[in-house]
Amino acid sequence: MTGYLLRRAGQSVAVVIGLMIVTFIMIHLVPGSAARSVLGVRATPGRIAIFDSTYGLNEPLYRQFLTYLDQVVHGNFGTSYLLQEPVSTLIAQRVPKDLVLVGISTALALAIALPMGIYQAVRRDRLDDHLLTGASFTLYSMPDFFFAIVLIAIFSVQLHVFPPEAPSATSLGGILADPRALVLPVVTLALVTLASYSRYMRSSAIEVLAQDYIRVVRAKGVPERLVLSRHVLRNAALPVVTMVGLSFPNIIAGAVIAEEVFNYPGMGLLMYQASTSHDFPILLGCTLVIGVATVVGSLAADISYAILDPRVHYGRG
Amino acid sequence: MAAGEAALRQPGPVPGDSRGRLANLRGRMSVAGSRGGQVGIGLVVAIVAFSFLGPLVYHTNQVTVQLGLATLPPGAGHPLGTDASGYDIVGRLMLGGQSSLELGLAVSVATAIVGTVYGAIAGYLGGFVDALMMRVVDTFLAIPSLVFLLILVNLFTPNMWTIIALLTMLSWLATSRLVRGEVLTLRTREYVQAARVMGSGSTRIVRRHLVPNAAGVIAVNATFTIADAILLYAALSFLGLGLPPPHADWGTMLSNGLNYLFDGYWWIVYPPAVMLILTVVAFNLIGDAVRDSLDVRLRRR
Repeated sequence: MTGYLLRRAGQSVAVVIGLMIVTFIMIHLVPGSAARSVLGVRATPGRIAIFDSTYGLNEPLYRQFLTYLDQVVHGNFGTSYLLQEPVSTLIAQRVPKDLVLVGISTALALAIALPMGIYQAVRRDRLDDHLLTGASFTLYSMPDFFFAIVLIAIFSVQLHVFPPEAPSATSLGGILADPRALVLPVVTLALVTLASYSRYMRSSAIEVLAQDYIRVVRAKGVPERLVLSRHVLRNAALPVVTMVGLSFPNIIAGAVIAEEVFNYPGMGLLMYQASTSHDFPILLGCTLVIGVATVVGSLAADISYAILDPRVHYGRG
Repeated sequence: MAAGEAALRQPGPVPGDSRGRLANLRGRMSVAGSRGGQVGIGLVVAIVAFSFLGPLVYHTNQVTVQLGLATLPPGAGHPLGTDASGYDIVGRLMLGGQSSLELGLAVSVATAIVGTVYGAIAGYLGGFVDALMMRVVDTFLAIPSLVFLLILVNLFTPNMWTIIALLTMLSWLATSRLVRGEVLTLRTREYVQAARVMGSGSTRIVRRHLVPNAAGVIAVNATFTIADAILLYAALSFLGLGLPPPHADWGTMLSNGLNYLFDGYWWIVYPPAVMLILTVVAFNLIGDAVRDSLDVRLRRR
């Protein structure tokens, strides 16, 4: 297993280097527009030249990349063109807020999806199973921005239960102090993953229910409630929990939408605003942070799977 | 919901064994036999007929803006009312359906081709080339597709072709990974070795033996890609990065209509939402049915 883990770690390092190359090249495909978007369309060529040399945009690409690599290793992601602040500072401000949003909503999604999947597995092919399957298919197929707006229309405009905007405070403490404003963004983001988690849990639980050890436990006379909560839940949840690590890119994509709709000051909103203003250092920094987090997430998922499930053996391949 | 979720829909690797042309054929036949597959196929037929045959019997003006007719509620003459430009909603849904379906199909076909070629080459060559090619895929997969799009749409002027190209760039990755996995297991089979012994070249083995046997995986993924592409494009137009106004598709109709929801013009918002969701559900149902019928392990249950 050590060999397998080492090989996976090596692959992850390769991917992280690949990420830096890719985002860097992609973002520099149009070098001129950065200066234009900051200085305005009427900027003179002279001012553009000054801007380009200030930010090192007139050097050869490989030189810019090496400079960038050197900076990244030292925790420096460059300076935002528009906000004139270090990108690392901007990201560091946003990350805790994203952790709050993503963490609560993922916990909520799992808290609903795990029991729901087991319930569906037990009631397999009955009417309620079909209804829940239909519901998760619909959720799964719904654009998340539409879902968010419908939530606002119902709970903010009609019922006045929850505010339509995320907490306006910029500090993390301020956000946590206003939990009612967090409800709608959290629910939106939870529903992004709820449908796929519950479907996965359903098929996983069906598999577990068919195992001999479940039959043994039932034959011993253990009450069904305990069979489900102690034996089925734990065994069936294992692949789902590791899948959480792998679904990270989707959660982030959902966060971009949710943050845009609810004006939640996280990394998604930062990226969206950077995209509309061609603020490349921010886009580059955020993409890198998210990409590395994804790589680490899937590596952690693989490792935890290998550790948690003693039956998993990895050979070469 | 964003794309790249084909990976989520595949619980573990699709087993590659005990599947040949015959199993593929059987699989295709039982798709029509499963309830979900039937519903999905029925929905797709209805939606395609509505979008492409509908305008032949239901004539509306979808060219000139008529502000005098703007935001009329559903009633006589306009079964679902009119939008902010005075276009009849039902007619607009037909027109929008055409481009949404065409977009989904185009992305799906392009994805299948690119992903299959890339995955087949990587899987067949194996070794260092394979490792390198797969790290490239891993790298792109590590960037959430929506984040990728936020960057890419800044580099291109959006038109139908660049949007199709961009969505394809994001969705071929999962396909290539699956095809590569299939080819990796298929290439050690006896019939492939027999073909090689008989003097078949690499190209012939890949084209005649490996790719046709991976067709099931490719088809499943292509079906999911249609659904994903339609959804991802809707998200893109919601973020204001879609195609400019004269163009009509459900995603654009929906995201533009959202501005009117709070004014009580529900008929501008919900019809495109319903069409979009139904279409995506239909393709997901078909994809699930095809996968289940091909997946020997699942069929037993």
